[in-house]
Amino acid sequence: MVRLTLTGNHCVAYAAKLARVKVVSAYPITPQTTIVEKISELAETGGADMKVIKVESEHSALAAVYGAATAGLRAFTATSSHGLLYMYEIVWWVAQARIPMVMAIVTRTIGPPWNIWTDHHDIMSLRDSGWLIAMAENNQEVLDETVKLFKITEDPEVFLPGVIGLDAFILSHTVEPVEVPDQELVDSFLPERRQPYVIRAGEALIMGNIPSDLLANFKMREGVHRGLRNAEEVIERVDTEWGKLTGRYYGGLVECYRCEDADYLFVGAGAWVGDMRIAVDKLRNAGLRFGVLKIRYVRPFPYAKVLEAVRGRKGVLVFDRSISAGSAGPIFLDVTSHLYFSKLKVPVKNVVAGLAGFDVSYEDFSRIGEAFAKEVSESGWVDSSLVFYP
Amino acid sequence: MGLAFEKELIEIRFHGRGGQGAVTAAHIVVDAAMREKLWGTAFPFFGAERRGAPVTAYARISRRVVPTKSMIRKPDVVVVLDQAIMNYINVFDGIKESGVAVINSPTAPLPAKLPPAVKLYIVDATRIALDLGLVLAGWPLVNVAMVGALARVLGIGSSSVKEAISSILSGRAAELNSRAAEIAYREVVEVEAS
Repeated sequence: MVRLTLTGNHCVAYAAKLARVKVVSAYPITPQTTIVEKISELAETGGADMKVIKVESEHSALAAVYGAATAGLRAFTATSSHGLLYMYEIVWWVAQARIPMVMAIVTRTIGPPWNIWTDHHDIMSLRDSGWLIAMAENNQEVLDETVKLFKITEDPEVFLPGVIGLDAFILSHTVEPVEVPDQELVDSFLPERRQPYVIRAGEALIMGNIPSDLLANFKMREGVHRGLRNAEEVIERVDTEWGKLTGRYYGGLVECYRCEDADYLFVGAGAWVGDMRIAVDKLRNAGLRFGVLKIRYVRPFPYAKVLEAVRGRKGVLVFDRSISAGSAGPIFLDVTSHLYFSKLKVPVKNVVAGLAGFDVSYEDFSRIGEAFAKEVSESGWVDSSLVFYP
Repeated sequence: MGLAFEKELIEIRFHGRGGQGAVTAAHIVVDAAMREKLWGTAFPFFGAERRGAPVTAYARISRRVVPTKSMIRKPDVVVVLDQAIMNYINVFDGIKESGVAVINSPTAPLPAKLPPAVKLYIVDATRIALDLGLVLAGWPLVNVAMVGALARVLGIGSSSVKEAISSILSGRAAELNSRAAEIAYREVVEVEAS
């Protein structure tokens, strides 16, 4: 183990090397660029036995990686924002084909205007595609979760691709002290690659053709859903195992910070959870018992864990850094729909904030939390279910 | 013990020009702090940068993990790599009342808007760079020397700075910058604002 000061992007690159990824293909897009730069450097002079394939677009990048993964190799790519939208067709193809692979998305807003700062609109466009979606709070988690994703996605109970989301600049270009595990540790953690089928040169195989059996096709779709649901247990198991090896257990699907006696909860995903923690400490000093429920996996959505955390609270504030325009924030929609089916009646409010990279700090969370506690204690419910901040 | 050990959290803003290495300076400070069992984060201004244009970079240093990822609006410390920038940018904008400024200057500059309680430190990083031949494309490289001066103000040991430099830079650049940082560490002085 060595401690280095690394950007989130370099953490991704080191994780790919530690996972002994064999094929990387990517097209540079800010702010993802330094991931592929570092990977190229590691492949060229850093002793990583990997091939970096240059392509002309993100669409081709994911297609190349998909091909390599289908042929039996551990494969990786990274993108962001418009790059992800450009590869969107292949995104679905990889998941429906049940090919395990890992991608990093440096979460960035979508134009117009051209804006390279963070929000979660790009990664949330993967919600329905069948990919596992992990969101990191800090650079250590970026490195750890990227390594873990290879094990999770290659588990026969799952056999689906997975993505690690890291916020543009506030993680991707921010330097933090990070523990980089030894290669031997990662080798002992990651088994040989497993996948449902392998294409081999010289072996005839037809796949992805026009279906003659629509029910079989229907069942394939259902299978993708079931694979994601199975992933819940696998994520918990793999995180526990990683925790034993490194001392860093993250709570599996969610982490609850100061939740035990909390009256109110913040719910959120991504880098700004760090600021929520500080806000919780400050609000508690002011006599308001807040806690944070950090959503580590947006897919599979950990609704059982969320219900457990939300039960009995006086109020819940769900923060989304993106919006399903015309409806509400995607995390809020997941939280509230599952509350309904469990017949839990808890005041829940959606705050859509930080869009287009607009800075949100612990002071903002404190302010919003304080106003929310007042609103709930005065009215017993929430005045409006969705607000934009600011 | 120095600032970094006295306060819960130190927030630092670097002012330089695009290409001058303000981001690398922030990185080296945090790396050196890590070697003193401190935590920290370093980050650029989030956006496109142009060579020669005024830029900022940021660092936070603390005895504990730094969970916030928000922008720094009220810095404790301001580091100025090129004092000419002070002619048209208020580098003291938002600085805390008990703040500290570390400026690359041979003499005490005339900071028009220096809040009264701010402590002013100067070091002649340009001369140090020129003496060492630390020049690239006509620019004296002052960023790492300024890290040396800043480390002294923060109470971070010069050996930690040295280790940080050789972990982030390599070859002759590491060697020369290491010497520049060492000289600046020694030479930085507190002055009265004139």
